[in-house]
This record gives sequence, structure tokens and C-alpha cells, in this order.
Amino acid sequence: MTLTLTHLVALLPLILVCVTAVVVMLGIAWRRHHSGTAFVSVVGLNLALLSLLIVWQVAPLETPLLAVDGLAMFAAVLILVSSLACATLAHAYLEHYGGPREEFYLLLLCAAAGGLVLAASQHLATLFFGLELLSMPLYGMLAYTFHERRSLEAGIKYLVLSAAGTAFLLFGMALLYAQTGRLDLAGLSASLVEGPGPWGLAGAGLMLVGLGFKLSIVPFHLWTPDVYEGGPGPAATFLASASKVAVFVVLLRLVLSAPAFEDAWLHDLLAALALLTMLVGNLLALTQANLKRLLGYSSIAHFGYLLVALVVSDGLAAETGAVYLVTYLITTLGAFGVVTLLSSPYGGRDAAGLHHFRGLFWRRPYLTAVLTVTMLSLAGIPFTAGFIGKFYIIALGVEAERWWLVGGIVVGSAIGLYYYLRVMVTLYLVEPGMQSRDAPHNWGIRAGGVMVLGLALLVVLLGIYPAPMIEWVRAMGTLNG
Amino acid sequence: MTLVWLILIPFIGGLLCWQAERWGGMAPRWIALGTMGLVLLITLGLWFQGEYHLPDPTAASEAVRWSMEWRTAWIPRFGIEVHLALDGLSLVLIALTGFLGVLAVLCSWNEIVRRVGFFHLNLLWILGGVVGVFLAIDLFLFFFFWEMMLVPMYFLIALWGHSGSEGKTRITAATKFFIYTQASGLLMLVAILGLVFVHHANTGEYTFSYDALRNTPLSDDLAMWLMLGFFIAFAVKLPVVPLHGWLPDAHAQAPTAGSVDLAGILLKTAAYGMLRFALPLFPEASQAFAPVAMALGLVGIFYGAVLACGQHDVKRLIAYTSISHMGFVLIGIYAGTELALQGVVMLMVAHAFSAAGLFILSGQLYERLHTRDMREMGGLWGRLGSLPGFTLCFSAASLGMPGTANFIGEFMVLFGSFPVAPWTVAIASAGLILAAVYSLLLMQRVHFGPAQDDAPLAGLDRREFLMMLGLLALVLLFGLYPQLLLNTTDAAMLEVQRLFGAADALSTTLPMGVS
Repeated sequence: MTLTLTHLVALLPLILVCVTAVVVMLGIAWRRHHSGTAFVSVVGLNLALLSLLIVWQVAPLETPLLAVDGLAMFAAVLILVSSLACATLAHAYLEHYGGPREEFYLLLLCAAAGGLVLAASQHLATLFFGLELLSMPLYGMLAYTFHERRSLEAGIKYLVLSAAGTAFLLFGMALLYAQTGRLDLAGLSASLVEGPGPWGLAGAGLMLVGLGFKLSIVPFHLWTPDVYEGGPGPAATFLASASKVAVFVVLLRLVLSAPAFEDAWLHDLLAALALLTMLVGNLLALTQANLKRLLGYSSIAHFGYLLVALVVSDGLAAETGAVYLVTYLITTLGAFGVVTLLSSPYGGRDAAGLHHFRGLFWRRPYLTAVLTVTMLSLAGIPFTAGFIGKFYIIALGVEAERWWLVGGIVVGSAIGLYYYLRVMVTLYLVEPGMQSRDAPHNWGIRAGGVMVLGLALLVVLLGIYPAPMIEWVRAMGTLNG
Repeated sequence: MTLVWLILIPFIGGLLCWQAERWGGMAPRWIALGTMGLVLLITLGLWFQGEYHLPDPTAASEAVRWSMEWRTAWIPRFGIEVHLALDGLSLVLIALTGFLGVLAVLCSWNEIVRRVGFFHLNLLWILGGVVGVFLAIDLFLFFFFWEMMLVPMYFLIALWGHSGSEGKTRITAATKFFIYTQASGLLMLVAILGLVFVHHANTGEYTFSYDALRNTPLSDDLAMWLMLGFFIAFAVKLPVVPLHGWLPDAHAQAPTAGSVDLAGILLKTAAYGMLRFALPLFPEASQAFAPVAMALGLVGIFYGAVLACGQHDVKRLIAYTSISHMGFVLIGIYAGTELALQGVVMLMVAHAFSAAGLFILSGQLYERLHTRDMREMGGLWGRLGSLPGFTLCFSAASLGMPGTANFIGEFMVLFGSFPVAPWTVAIASAGLILAAVYSLLLMQRVHFGPAQDDAPLAGLDRREFLMMLGLLALVLLFGLYPQLLLNTTDAAMLEVQRLFGAADALSTTLPMGVS
């Protein structure tokens, strides 16, 4: 096929992000300047976000390797927004870091490009390419503050386990190829129409395992808490937001398009995984004394809820998945944002122990309000976006009459309340001789502070008036055709 | 718009209180008092203006069901609306909320000294949420407020509560309260969604509207399951006995204002939910479930009363008596005759007054003695000015002495339930004796008996005296002239009775009431 101007326009976000990455790289070679690098990255990401408005005019559009449809654009918005948030947080976080600071943005931009490719992929080659482009820079980002043992440990742990996950994924692809001789999703679904056969089924299962590693679905979740705890704040934020969104979107695409995933046996497997994930994630979070670990387990549990959308995979499913992703993303960015703002590699480890946050309200009321709102949203209490997400998931479960999953959500939420409340009340307790760990005093004027405050406002706003978000998600859905 | 303002005023007032703390501790108190006073005044204004009497029985009843209504689209995707409506029942309960809100502000005047602004923010937001619960008739909106009011209540207990003895901290109590009510609330959400999707399958239209969903045809099994979803959520809040575990702890650990709100209003939201939603939405299933519910009510009456007798903590004792009284409410609701339902409303209001009075009194005792342990009290009569006298009055109200509103309520519940369930009523009446026992035990242990000390303690000041006098006047007013209340709620209760009774006529052969 020939590449026309329309194709170039459709790929504009990806091109812009890559160009920014190149510019940042050349800039670093020319002269190191932290704020300048951060500024260029943010401008590039913003341009990419704006260019989506133009892409909107030409979508949907398909190339053999990439599909620029509603789902891809939806994911692109989420990925770019979370990359922007991470860049803003990284600027605050790395300001006093002794080592080289500029390369972090380079890695971030590469990972964002990987996420864009992954979410738009409709060919196993681009899927693999996007996934690796997303994961490779993350190793570097997680081990960025490598003078600290824990950061290095997090990076290496993620490297090893992610590589293992990739191996599963590749093997699954190979099996599918052996069965059908095709690698594009359309071809795959066409040749698997008369039942997937044992090899196809095994291939689909192995791919599920590979992607499950990235999504930290139980029982492939073991790396999550350590990596979240050890990695620098902005890297953990990216891992919990953009990376998960991209992988989930590609999984959604696979399940929606490939008939191998419509097999009843695979669906039961998915349902069991979902149930296990939401329960185990919540149960393990109960005893955590470190906020980043706790958020790690909580994100495991949330992806358990999200899997319900994959299990049902008709009716409201795509809309539910999308709405839940939006609410989860905003909330997670807010929660990780506060943790990141309160920590810096200078003071030893990230200040993520729960005792660091004791009585925070009486020192930093607005920052605490943000964390409170995000905790309530993660717990799914009305007036926050999280409630709308949970409402959708339960509605989906009830509509499909998957009572076991509905029961799992109810039980999981009840367990989850316990630890979210524990975090919340800690923020308000006053104890004599409490440790003070503060964000820099002018945090409110700095970009990071403004951003988390904006996110918290958005969480409340979407909780009270979700209609625009739902309309937007549905508009994206109609583009899928 | 008045209905919207009824909900918005407490929320806005709460924010003002929070910000007003910078002008000193008194500003939030006065703002909170003014806010709740305004809510009370608006409600009373509606009471005098509106028409809540029985509609003409020959006229079509559907058109005149709500005295006031306000609706606007909210989430069109699922047909969710902001749909508020007022009838006699909600009016009475909102007036109660406003009144107890004023009391809650007043009784924490001296008790709360730390973080006054944030305290009143939470207090007013609870009350705003409760008003929302009483007004919402879109099921989604109802659930929204139902869950929302838990968060400020949690903060109220966790941050300003008392840590009790025996390792029971206020945070544990608050967490227990939150998890119990939230988890059961999710069951209700599942039931609501089940109902909505059945309606969707029948008509192809998403709606959470009470009026539309009421006519959804359901199979018997499904109706029973959905009804149970609602019932469990309400039963936890009421509380019904096997699900009551959170109540004594929450009451014992909460600050006085929290206890007043819990006993006075939050428990009433559960009874309101049964009357407004569980019975009318699932009349046949409720009718089939009625014997079980009444049995649970009986268990509650005796369990609460017996445990109340064994308590050492004043507030725990009053908390257990609440369980006992709510047993009567449950029996009355599921008896479903007009007389019993009217009695339920009466008893709800009366219990709100008497329990609030007792909780405020025990708060005042705590301010003077710095203990709530009855083993360290005794012989307080004569040392405390008029406080013991008031305690005697409210104990008498609590045990259902004729002349008090509680008597009218209990009498009507028992009288109205007798034609439906004579044996239940016979056994429940024995519970009244236990009520006398625990009320007198309370008096005896606290105010009579050997004195620990002879030094006189500070009597009631003018604020405290006026609070108690106002409550007592209302208890006597409704005890001597209950028609004031009954006239307002009879239309609403007749409607519940009509729906519930119609199912009764179909499904059972029990003789109908003589009401």
C-alpha cells in the first residue's frame, strides 16, 4: 500500500511523540538543562494530545499494522495524559537529584510511543513491538535512581519477570501462527472461525499469560508490590497508569476481535482469574504499611474488576471497560502524584510508609484533601469518579447474570474499604512527636501541585456529573464501527 | 427548587463552617446553628403551607401522591434523574432531621474544642446526606445519598470519638460501622440494578425512577432475591439483630452529636427505606417474608432489652435499647395495617426524641464526671441540679409511659399488628416489661443508690436546660396530641398499606385488619 497524507495525519500523535524524543535526545547531547528538557517533553506531549483533534477528522483508518479507530484514540488520550502527568511529577521529583536528570524524559517519551503503538496494533508484530517499546524504557525508569538498592532491585526484578512474560507471549504467538499461518488480527479471526483447535487455544492462553504479567493479574502479580515500592515515584506512576492502560486496551481488542477468545473454556478461565485477582489483591493489601505497596495491591484488585469487562465482552462491556479505565486512571494519577510530591530521592527512600503520612491534614490540608478524595474514589464511594466506575462494573455483572463475579466485587470492595479507610484516617490523626515529611512549601504553585489538585477536582466532578465522560466514551465507541 | 435547597443548604453551610474556623471557634458553631435552623424553618414552612391530609378516596390517587416534586436529567445514558419528591412521611422525617441537627450542634457547643470547623463540616454533611435520602425517589440518587452520608459519619466517629476501654478504639468502631453499612449497601445496589435490568428487558428502556420500577413484573424467586438485597441493606442500618454488630461500638465511641444523629436520624433512614422502597417495590415478596421479618423483630426486642440490662457503659445501654425499640418498628412495618404503619412513624419520631434526649444527657454527665461507666456513678440525684429529673422523664418516655409519644407509637404498633399476627404481638408486649426494667436500672445505677462523693457538680446551664426542655415538650406534645403528626403522614401510610395490603389479599388468608 502507499502511504498517503491521510495516513500521516492519522499517525500524527505517534510521530509527534517520536520527534519529541529525538529532539530531547539531541538536546541532551548539546547541553544538559533539566527544566528545558522537561518543558520540551511536555510541549511535545501536549502537541500530540492536540493533534488527536485532527486525527478525529480522519478516523477510523486502518493500515496493515496499525488501526486508528475509536479504541486506539481513546487509549492514546489516556496514555498521553498520564505521560504528561508523569513528566510533571518527574520534574518535581528529580529537581534535587544528584545524578543525570534529563534522560528520564527521553525514556518516558519512548515508553509513551510504545504505548501508542501497542494500543493501535492490529498485527501481532506491532503488538510485540509496541509492548517491548513500552517495557524496555520502563526498566531504565524504574532503576533510574540506581544508587539506591531498592530502585535497582525494582528495575532488575521487572526486567526479569517482564522478559519471562514476553517469552510466554512470543510462544503463544508462535502457536497461533503455526495453527493459522497468519499474524494479523483480522486474518487470525478469519481462519479461527471454525473453532480454534488445541494449538490455537493454547496460543491464546499463553498470550493471555504474557499480557497477564504486564497487568499483574493473580497469579502473575508477584512482582507488582516490590516494583511499585522500589521504583521512583514517577516511574511507578507510569507503570500503574499508562502501561496498564495500553496493555489492557490491546487485551480488550484481542478479546473483542479474535474468536479464539470466545471459547467457553477460556472465558471460564478469565472469570476465575478475575475473581481470584480481585480477592487476592484486596486481601494482600490489608496488612501493608507502605502506601506504594498498598496502591500496588489495590491496582491488582482494580484490574480484577476490569477483567469482568473482558469476561462478559458483549453488551455494555466495551463501554464499561473504557469508563472504568478513565476513572481508574484519574484516581491513580492523583494518588501516586501526592506520594511522589511528598518524596524525593534525596531523603533516602521514598516517603511511602504510612507513618510518614500521619497527621498530614494539619500540615498540608489541600494535599491531604487530594489524597482523601483519591482514596474514596479507589474505594468507590459516591461523589467520586470511582463510584461511577464501580457502578458500571456491577451493572455489567448483573446484566450478564455473572453472580459469582458480582459477589466477588461486593466482597472485594468490602475488604478494600478497610485499608482505604486506614490510609484515610491516618492522614487526620495527630500524635505527639510525629514525623514530618513535607512536600516543598511552595508545592501549590508548582506544576505538580496544581496538577494533583486538578485531578482531585476532576475526580469529584466526574463523580457528580459523569454524563460528559459517558458521552465521550460512547462517541469513541461508535468510531469503532 | 425548595427541595434542592433543602439538600444544598447543609452542604454549603458545612463548607462555610470549615472556612470560618479562621475567625475563631465560635463562628463555625453559629453558622452551623443558623444552617440547621434554616432547614428546620423551611420544613416547618412547608408543613404549614402544604396539604398532606388524606386525599379524596374517590379521586385518582396517582396524581396527588407527591406534594412537591422536582426533576431534571442527570445521567441520560441510564435514564438516571435527579428526582426529588416530598410527601407527608418525608416531610416529618426532614423536620426531625432539622430539629435534631440543631440539637446536635448545640450539644457539641462545649464538647468539641479541637478542629471545630472540620467537625461541623462533617456534621452538616451527614445531615445534608440524610435529607437527600428522605427526598430522593430516583433509586440511583437514593443510593448515592445513602452511601455518601457514611463518609462524614466515619470521620465524626474516628476523629472526635472517645476511645473506650478494653482496647476498643474509636477507629475500629468507625471502620466497623463503615464496612457493615457499605457492604450491605452494595447488595442493595446489586438489587437495584437487577430490578433496572429486568425493567430494561421488559420495556427496552433504562430507568431508575421509583414510579416506573414499581410496576415491573417479576417472577416470585427473583422478587424475593431482590427484596432481600434491599432488606439486608436496611436491616443493617436499622439494625435487625444478627446484623447489629456495629451499633453498640459506634454509639459508645461516637461523640454526643454523632450518637444523636445515629440514633435519631440514621436509624430512621432504614425504616424509611423499608416503607418507601422495600414494601412498595416488592409487595408480594415482602408479604411472604413478613413472618421472618416479624420474628427477627421479636428477637431484636428481647435481645436488645436483655443486653441493655447488662451494660456498664451508659451509652452502650442506650444503644441496646435502640435495638429493642427498632424491633417494634420492624414488626409494625411488616404487619402492614394502616394503624401499625402510622404507629411506626409515631414510634420513629418518639424514639428519636427520647434516644436523643438520653444521649445528650449522658454526654452532659460525661462532661461533668469524665466517665460513662455506671459503676463509678450512683447517688447523683441532688448533686446535679435538674439533670437527674430530665433523665427520669426521658427514661419514662423510653419505657413507653402513657402521656409520652413513645406510648402512642408502641400502642399503635401493637394494636395495629394484632389482627395480622396476634401471637407476635402477645410476645412483643412482654418486651415492654423489660423496657421498664432497663429504664429503671439506668435510673437506679446512675442517680440513686449510694453516692460516691458529696460535692455538688455543676448544674445545667441555660443552653443545656433549654435543649432538654424543648425535647421534653415535644415528647409530651406528641404524646398528648398525636393527631398533629398522624394527619400529616396518613396519606403516605395509606398508600403503603394499599400496595402491601393488596398483595396480602392475594397471597394469604389471614383476616384483614380492623383499621
